[in-house]
Amino acid sequence: MKIGELAGLVNGNVVSCHDKLDRDIEYAFASDLMSDVLTVRADKLLMITGLANMQAVRTAEMADIQAILFVRNKTVSEDMIRLAEDNGIVLIESPYTMFRASGLLYSNGVKPVY
Amino acid sequence: MHFEYRVQGGDFVRAGQASSQVKKILKQLNVSPGIIKRVVVALYEGEVNIVAHAFQGKIYVDIETNKIRVVLDDVGPGIPDIEMAMRPGFSTASPIVREMGFGAGMGLPNIKANTDKMKISSVVGVGTRLEFEVALKE
Ligand SMILES: Nc1ncnc2c1ncn2[C@@H]1O[C@H](COP(=O)(O)OP(=O)(O)OP(=O)(O)O)[C@@H](O)[C@H]1O
Ligand SMILES: [Mg+2]
Repeated sequence: MKIGELAGLVNGNVVSCHDKLDRDIEYAFASDLMSDVLTVRADKLLMITGLANMQAVRTAEMADIQAILFVRNKTVSEDMIRLAEDNGIVLIESPYTMFRASGLLYSNGVKPVY
Repeated sequence: MHFEYRVQGGDFVRAGQASSQVKKILKQLNVSPGIIKRVVVALYEGEVNIVAHAFQGKIYVDIETNKIRVVLDDVGPGIPDIEMAMRPGFSTASPIVREMGFGAGMGLPNIKANTDKMKISSVVGVGTRLEFEVALKE
């Protein structure tokens, strides 16, 4: 699924890398714990998290994660946007809960990593 | 090539800066993305462990033709039982560290899984040294 389409499904607001919305996402992983995210080996991965801080973006940078979906109305800071822009990571804010966002993406074909 | 970085305990804004630098260097050296990911995931976990659990530390990175060798040396409380610390899920992370998104008890197992050689030595009340190596060619 294209990142742009996925953002639409979760009523999302894209706040970085607007030029990368046609990138393809195949898998998603939802967690607020970054070391859990860092165990995932899949490519074309979306991170879904309620953790809106620099370390969420750093984690995506280290793990080559294409996009982060921040749930529960978490707002992304300017520093996070800068770091994401530097590393080509799309950040999306969604008002939905992690459960609702995950359910919507799952039922529209985004795959779990296991 | 040799590089050194300083890491400040408790500084969750800057945590990951050293790992980020090393990632850029490995990219410039045309190391394959799969190997870069293994190295920087291990390095980032080690860097965050210093930030989360120690007072301050230094990271020493040596890049040779065929491998990268990393030493993370910290001044901190040390690890009383290394075997226990290595177990997936074991964590003594403080509530503040958990709020920052860490404390799954997965960092050390992640480092082990992503590296070819790993060694931890620690003296309680003094500090911890983590060393690892990753081959740069498949
Ligand atoms: N540099 C260190 N200094 C002191 N204690 C450490 C250090 N690194 C790890 N530890 C101890 O080992 C435990 C396990 O470390 P590990 O990295 O696996 O998990 P964590 O840091 O608690 O959580 P996570 O890495 O999943 O965010 C820590 O909770 C801590 O007690
Ligand atoms: Mg850790």
